[in-house]
Amino acid sequence: MSRAEPARLAVRKTYKLYIGGAFPRSESGRSYAVTSSRGEFLANASKASRKDARDAVSAARKAFAGWSGATAHNRGQILYRVAEMLEGRRAQFAAELTEAGTRRAGAVVDAAVDRLVWYAGWSDKIGAVAGTANPVAGPYFNVSSPEPTGVVAVIAPDEPLLGLVSVIAPVIVTGNTCVVVASERAPLPSITLAEVLATSDLPGGVVNILTGSAGELAPWLAGHMDVNAVDLTGVTDRSLAVACEEAAAENLKRVLRPAALSFSRGGKGSGEGKGESGAGGTDWFADPGTGRLTAFLETKTVWHPLGP
Amino acid sequence: MFEYAPAPESRDVVDIKPSYRLFIGGEWVDSRGEERHKTVNPATEEALAEIAWATEEDVDRAVGAARQAFGAWSRTPGSERAKYLFRIARIIQERSRELAVLESLDNGKPIRESRDVDLPLVAAHFFYHAGWADKLGYAGYGPDPRPLGVAGQVIPWNFPLLMLAWKIAPALACGNTVVLKPAETTPLTALLFAEICRQADLPPGVVNIVTGAGETGAALVGHPGVDKVAFTGSTEVGRLIARSVAGSGKKVTLELGGKAANIVFDDAALDQAVEGVVNGIFFNQGHVCCAGSRLLVQESIADDLLDALKRRLATLRLGDPLDKNTDIGAINSAAQLARIRRLSDLGEAEGAERWSPVCPLPERGFWFPPTIFTGVAQSHRIAREEVFGPVLSVLTFRTPAEAVEKANNTPFGLSAGVWTEKGSRILWMADRLRAGVVWANTFNRFDPASPFGGYKESGYGREGGRHGLEAYLDV
Amino acid sequence: MTIPLAGVATSNAALRNLLHGLPGVDRVGADQRAAMLGTRSIKTTAKAEGIDLAIRMVDLTTLEGADTPGKVRAMCAKAARPDPGDPSVPKVAAVCVYPDLVARAVSALGGSGVKVASVATAFPSGRSSPEVKVAETAFAVAAGADEIDMVIDRGAFLTGDYLKVFEEIAAVKEACARPGDGRDAHLKVILETGELATYDNVRRASWLAMLAGGDFVKTSTGKVQPAATLPVTLIMLEAVRDFLAATGRKVGVKPAGGIRTTKDALKMLVLVNETVGDGWLDPGWFRLGASSLLNDLLMQRQKLATGRYAGPDYFTLD
Repeated sequence: MSRAEPARLAVRKTYKLYIGGAFPRSESGRSYAVTSSRGEFLANASKASRKDARDAVSAARKAFAGWSGATAHNRGQILYRVAEMLEGRRAQFAAELTEAGTRRAGAVVDAAVDRLVWYAGWSDKIGAVAGTANPVAGPYFNVSSPEPTGVVAVIAPDEPLLGLVSVIAPVIVTGNTCVVVASERAPLPSITLAEVLATSDLPGGVVNILTGSAGELAPWLAGHMDVNAVDLTGVTDRSLAVACEEAAAENLKRVLRPAALSFSRGGKGSGEGKGESGAGGTDWFADPGTGRLTAFLETKTVWHPLGP
Repeated sequence: MFEYAPAPESRDVVDIKPSYRLFIGGEWVDSRGEERHKTVNPATEEALAEIAWATEEDVDRAVGAARQAFGAWSRTPGSERAKYLFRIARIIQERSRELAVLESLDNGKPIRESRDVDLPLVAAHFFYHAGWADKLGYAGYGPDPRPLGVAGQVIPWNFPLLMLAWKIAPALACGNTVVLKPAETTPLTALLFAEICRQADLPPGVVNIVTGAGETGAALVGHPGVDKVAFTGSTEVGRLIARSVAGSGKKVTLELGGKAANIVFDDAALDQAVEGVVNGIFFNQGHVCCAGSRLLVQESIADDLLDALKRRLATLRLGDPLDKNTDIGAINSAAQLARIRRLSDLGEAEGAERWSPVCPLPERGFWFPPTIFTGVAQSHRIAREEVFGPVLSVLTFRTPAEAVEKANNTPFGLSAGVWTEKGSRILWMADRLRAGVVWANTFNRFDPASPFGGYKESGYGREGGRHGLEAYLDV
Repeated sequence: MTIPLAGVATSNAALRNLLHGLPGVDRVGADQRAAMLGTRSIKTTAKAEGIDLAIRMVDLTTLEGADTPGKVRAMCAKAARPDPGDPSVPKVAAVCVYPDLVARAVSALGGSGVKVASVATAFPSGRSSPEVKVAETAFAVAAGADEIDMVIDRGAFLTGDYLKVFEEIAAVKEACARPGDGRDAHLKVILETGELATYDNVRRASWLAMLAGGDFVKTSTGKVQPAATLPVTLIMLEAVRDFLAATGRKVGVKPAGGIRTTKDALKMLVLVNETVGDGWLDPGWFRLGASSLLNDLLMQRQKLATGRYAGPDYFTLD
């Protein structure tokens, strides 16, 4: 007759923020309970404050020179590495996504890996597609090439892995650094993704991930004078989107509007697919096109005389 | 000294009407409002003509006309739109002398510049974009990119007709219709352009010109029937526009202010660098958003360069804009003159040393002598704020890295200049300068095939080249 | 500009250091500056003043294998009285001939005040021995030449043998001396800019010529194209300006070859005016090497005076 083994108590993961390559708690000490789609308690996530957002912007700015100065090949290699590490954690992500209520979680993880691979390849090709040699009417060599905009604040969509990867990858592959506000409802995969990023040779500060309330953090990021662009894809509240766009005007940030607020007279808004009903309606499995890449690129034109 | 006798271009080639109406739906129509203002010749303060300041209702009519014209115009085959643009370009060439004289009269810029720079570029912009109209599917924006609709365009007074061309040519090539508001101090060439549209048989409503000041511009930008807003002007107004369109979904491009560094290394081709510095800040009286208003000179050659610069400045000829030998014309308006004076006085008050060549100014009109400030620090307001006048701040640096740091230490990011004979350094600098246009061993060059526009608070979007089409396509 | 000049002429390395240490010239920028100055509009009184100044600056030139005493005599008459019908027309600065015709020119011009210049040093190619070049110079000086227009050894210059070029100029300069009466011939050094090809070379060759003792730097022989272009003249003017600042010695400039019209000549004067100023607006410091230019200047002068366009039949062809 055998005795039943006592049930082993699982070691729970602590979910913190990801800032400058480190995993700090919110400086505010705040957290909020994250529940599964069935309402069960999963974990306490850090509830980032505006000061965390400020620190994240500092970290992103600090990382910008090195990351934008890295070779495109190097950035591509690192994104491939992120994809590899993500693939290695497929089961973990699938489980987390399932708890967050994502259907066909395995397929979503696969799509996220593939999306990273796809964007990784753009690192050393976007210049050829978005750049031009300009035949000016004079004795000048004249070329235009894309350059990263700088620090980009990203309000990620409520699509915990595929949506998140789909907004981060195009921003960083070209050399930008970013501060991402993860899905408020399902933030846990974003911190697990941060663990992937932290172990993928991605320099600290290139991606900073905040969990908490987009409604609370987005206006601070949109108004921050050291942020160069803001991606409002994950903003579903119209008045919040408008407030962010207004705040962004203060230093003329580039704004990628949520699909619902983009120009849509018979066409598609910048970077988004056609026929969308709103940010929540985006088909993240679809071919993303280059819109999200070019939204955060500046065109630099260089002139030089031609003479013997 | 070899004195050049006056060589004035005849103003008989232009026929200025006593007053102008609004150009809406292919017709000259009266403003529904009462407000009329004079546009003056800034070189003499003589009133040239009376201009209507369009009201919200006028703007609404103009947008309505543009909307009505949009359907047919956007369905017109690109090859046909191209031919309209070619026609316009040819008429501009045919009437270029008239346009140049009118531009110099209304704006105060030297006829040499309006004749040799503005007008050739205006015609070139229409020619260039004519060629795009039937090739948009090859521009990298998908096989059949669609126009946006009605473009509301607000342009500044520094290059009145050239800025019109930068706005209207790509808009029309892409199949949009436009309502354009020229600056209140320089409306005359835009109004003559309306006549050119009629000579070209451009369908009514495709181009509408409404004159007025800030309120007219705000009404245009804020009109719900406008799909696309394009603005060139100050960062201050650009900010207001960016804020006002928030939530509207209107596509926006902004070409705003600058405080460009013109960086001269000790191995530069010195004589050409001096010319580049002069052209960088004194071209068009310094009324240039991409003007090289901050000279960053390597300390080891600072004295030599300044001596050469001062010697060169003494040869600049300031005076009658219509004289073919004038290098520096009139400041565009009393308000702008006041701003230049205020910031220059501030420069002196902050401790910088002010220098101008001996340069008698005409008694009437708005004039400011070419001016250099030395001993300027990054913290001085003349080194930070856009003066938009013939005022150069001189700063020094010791190493390439310091030059980059100082050049980038501004909220603006429109342009930069680099002068060195060392190729690898040029590319290193160009890579690190956070500016939309980098002129290496040259300055203030423009071409319709070359994208122009800024980083940071200098705005967003590009004008010219393949990149410039994006602003007028639904992509 | 501080240029260390002591001991530069001791070695090719020292000369190279100096010449290659001069600021470079960006061709596009220089071309643009010259083109801009070319747009100056010189009308009415300025044009009249410019035409007379240009006439006074002309080195009336004949440098043909077919030159004869008769041809030179006729040209000298024209030089002293360009328009026989109008005594208000000034005489030209000089005539320029081959060495063997110097004596003829001197006798034809005797007392007129028009100088006699002679090309020398195996003009136009300069391909002979240093001894021959010096001897030819001495021959022309002995025949009465006031000015010697020598050519540099472009081959030596292009191979980097700056010392050879320097020493030849210095030797020719020495041969220009007239120990007897102290009236040394003025030395103009022809760079043949069309063969030097780059503007950097034009600047360096100008400095080399000035360092070696040249009194004038001259663009071209007239036998090679391009010759006296505006940008090349601009660069040489900048060189004499900077050389004066660096050494205190003033050197003149002579564009020659291809200056055919009044407009060409006036553009040159504008270039002088706005690059080095009125210190060089004098035949002592600026010359125009030309032949057919003179008649065009005379025709334009008459047009200004009479208001009618002139016809070539009314001007002598000498």
